[in-house]
Amino acid sequence: MAYSDKVLDHYENPRNVGSLDKNDPQVGTGMVGAPACGDVMKLMIKVNDDGIIEDAKFKTYGCGSAIASSSLVTEWLKGRTIDEAYAIKNSEIAEELALPPVKIHCSVLAEDAIKAAVADIKAKQAAKEA
Amino acid sequence: MDRDPIYLDYSATTPVDPRVAAKMIPYLTEHYGNPASRSHPYGWTAEKAVENAREEVAKLVNADPREIVWTSGATESNNLAIKGAANFYASTKGKHIITVATEHKAVIDTVRELERQGFTATYLEPEPTGLVDLEKFKAAIRPDTVLASVMLVNNEIGVIQDIEAIGKICREHGVIFHVDAAQATGKVAIDLEKLPVDLMSFSAHKTYGPKGIGALYVRRKPRIRIEAQMHGGGHERGMRSGTLATHQIVGMGEAFRIAREEMEMENARIRKLRDRLLTGLQSIEETYVNGELDHRIPHNLNISFNYVEGESLIMAVKGIAVSSGSACTSASLEPSYVLRALGRSDELAHSSIRFSIGRFTTEADVDYTIALLKEKISKLRELSPLWEMYKDGIDISKVQWAAH
Amino acid sequence: MSHVYFDHNATTALDSRVLKAMLPFLTTQQGNATSRHAYGRFARDAVEQAREQVANAVGAYPSQVVFTASGTEANNFAIAGMAATLPNTQIAISAIEHPCVTRPAEMMQSRGWALAKIGVNHQCELAFAQLENALRKPTSLVSVMLANNETGAIQNIADVAELARKNGAYVHTDAVQALGKIDVNFEALNVHAMTISSHKIHGPQGAGALILDKRVDISPLLLGGGQEKGLRSGTENVAAIVGFGMACALAVEKLHEHALHTQSLRQQLEIGLQALDATIFSPHTARLPNTSFFAFPNIEGETLVMALDKKGFAVASGSACSSDSTEPSHVLLAMNVPPDLARGAIRVSFDASNTVEQVSAFLTILKQELKRLQQMVAIAA
Repeated sequence: MAYSDKVLDHYENPRNVGSLDKNDPQVGTGMVGAPACGDVMKLMIKVNDDGIIEDAKFKTYGCGSAIASSSLVTEWLKGRTIDEAYAIKNSEIAEELALPPVKIHCSVLAEDAIKAAVADIKAKQAAKEA
Repeated sequence: MDRDPIYLDYSATTPVDPRVAAKMIPYLTEHYGNPASRSHPYGWTAEKAVENAREEVAKLVNADPREIVWTSGATESNNLAIKGAANFYASTKGKHIITVATEHKAVIDTVRELERQGFTATYLEPEPTGLVDLEKFKAAIRPDTVLASVMLVNNEIGVIQDIEAIGKICREHGVIFHVDAAQATGKVAIDLEKLPVDLMSFSAHKTYGPKGIGALYVRRKPRIRIEAQMHGGGHERGMRSGTLATHQIVGMGEAFRIAREEMEMENARIRKLRDRLLTGLQSIEETYVNGELDHRIPHNLNISFNYVEGESLIMAVKGIAVSSGSACTSASLEPSYVLRALGRSDELAHSSIRFSIGRFTTEADVDYTIALLKEKISKLRELSPLWEMYKDGIDISKVQWAAH
Repeated sequence: MSHVYFDHNATTALDSRVLKAMLPFLTTQQGNATSRHAYGRFARDAVEQAREQVANAVGAYPSQVVFTASGTEANNFAIAGMAATLPNTQIAISAIEHPCVTRPAEMMQSRGWALAKIGVNHQCELAFAQLENALRKPTSLVSVMLANNETGAIQNIADVAELARKNGAYVHTDAVQALGKIDVNFEALNVHAMTISSHKIHGPQGAGALILDKRVDISPLLLGGGQEKGLRSGTENVAAIVGFGMACALAVEKLHEHALHTQSLRQQLEIGLQALDATIFSPHTARLPNTSFFAFPNIEGETLVMALDKKGFAVASGSACSSDSTEPSHVLLAMNVPPDLARGAIRVSFDASNTVEQVSAFLTILKQELKRLQQMVAIAA
């Protein structure tokens, strides 16, 4: 498997590895994938009162492309609104990292992780308002 | 690449031993000739070399040279043995085949093809050790069982089956017994005079010989017949047609000669290296050896690193050349079917690495490998949400995962 | 060996440039082309480069090249593999095919196939009307060789293919002897499958290929690791495949120059043979430029071959594969050559390295040996 330089860069030097406090009402968590499928992504975003993502952290169990995809989206997410985050498409991730066809599912997983994290924060906000 | 990675993938293929290459090259240059050309010395030289090599192959396994049929490799040997014997004896013995779920794909896929042609098959599940339970094997035999195929040494986990006992059961029930020994030559002693085996597959490139050449042992006493799968000039006494690659045959002969003369000392040295590697890697938390260690060739160590994904692990250990699962299925993302057959979870199967040590491995190579693994496993676990959950005391097997 | 080698249709010497390309894969580059580490990827790249070289040499796409261990395997694969996916109707082959086409075709009879063997005329040209006639019956597969290994006769495969396609049959050609001697173009031949082999073109033994129209359904001969996109399992013989690729590239590079050279040697030879009253087979049809097949009455071919060998000339008495048997050539019998004369057949096959001097020397020795042998025959009589 030949990896692109960008995949290798993110894999060798992953950005924003770690966790945020999952009990913080401003933190949304998305955990997608399954160990049996060979990849699990955990993405955490911290959203301020203006709906802007202030911080993003990830942990990923998966191949180099999965690690690179999640590392990349943590970079992209910071500074975006949650609606902008929600609009990120897997194709953008795949293109940026030049993923080969067999690795497209990694970008899909990253998109799913964003959507799950956004859904989580929205659920938390809704619960607070209720 | 700064330097060549350390090669620990001897079960995928071995380098050609320089002594083997030296013996082969003259047959690529001055001694070219078609061994079936009987009318001029070019052909004679080639034929003599082919017969010498046949003797060397026979000697390693204590067989008669007339029992050795050249093929293009173990895949062809396995196909020829299984299809050839099953088809030949189907009308007299029946159409049921027994094999094991952890066999090489060349055996499994061939048996599956025979199923499509009207045979039935039993794929025995091995014990968690990787070994076949003899009672279960016996119980699988039916009155219409024509053939059983069990590998001597497993390519992924290196376990050694009790071929002698299985062969004895086959004899008692009149079942033809085929053994894939591609991973065994030069690693375990094989004495076909004693072993109740009817057909045995060999490969050169797993034993420091060239790729593209293998052999099939076909017992003469009691005589085993096979239906040829490749037809043409009637080479190899009609069992396998096709011009023989003289240089490759010569290479296989020399490789098997070296194996016969050096395997005892070599295995002792390799066992020390393997044990050193094992001790080093076991100092890492949450590691699991796949397959049992007692009945195993010294060359193999298959180990799972829990909470780390296999492919990223392979990427992390670029400094060494190893394999996750078998090389033949590396293109697919499936976890190793061999490890799954042992009852390993998908996660552990995914995080497995096969280290296979060989003739040119050094102690420094092993030490480098241990240090590299320690560093990289720790880095990947830092990244792994599963490791975090494990450390938090969460039982991952109880978590409901969203399928995707 | 100080022998003069005139048996290039049996096998050829490895070109030194081919050896050079192969050597790394016989020594330091041990990778298994399916492994994903650096060693494996290096081997994979080498195999794919060779695939391109082979494809370029025969006017095919790299994706149409399926590597095998030999021409024999490729022929078996083509015949048995295509037949396995087709309705059991009729297979038509020529009467002059190599046994590795004939035998698999004969084997199919036990599975309910009809076999039509299409004859040739005395020039070794396919009896086209006979083929047309045979194809009136439902036929699924046709296989006719491009150039015959013994006479060198070249068949008009494009016409065979057109006829076969019109009748809904797959068509295969064995181009093993043609490659490197005449232009071979998969697309122009319009066949579904075509066999080529490495060791006939100064490549190593141990590699062949089936050039395959990927729209054709074919069932693999060897099952297992799924190499060659599942069509041919077994660890790739990287060194031999690399050698085959290089040999293909070299074979087409100077094809016409070499053909002119061997053709002039053959002309020189055949002028000499006529003076010795030889019967030359297929002289008036399109032949491989390097091949001459001839016989002398009352002289056993095998005896003459041995006599010439003692004098330092390597020639053949028929195809190497059947050298074990004393049966007269099935090709000559199909051409209606009397069995007595057929038993005297000798094949000379040149390559670019042979010289005018060698041919002159050969003719001198041949004349002496003929005289000696004819005297022995006379004494015996």
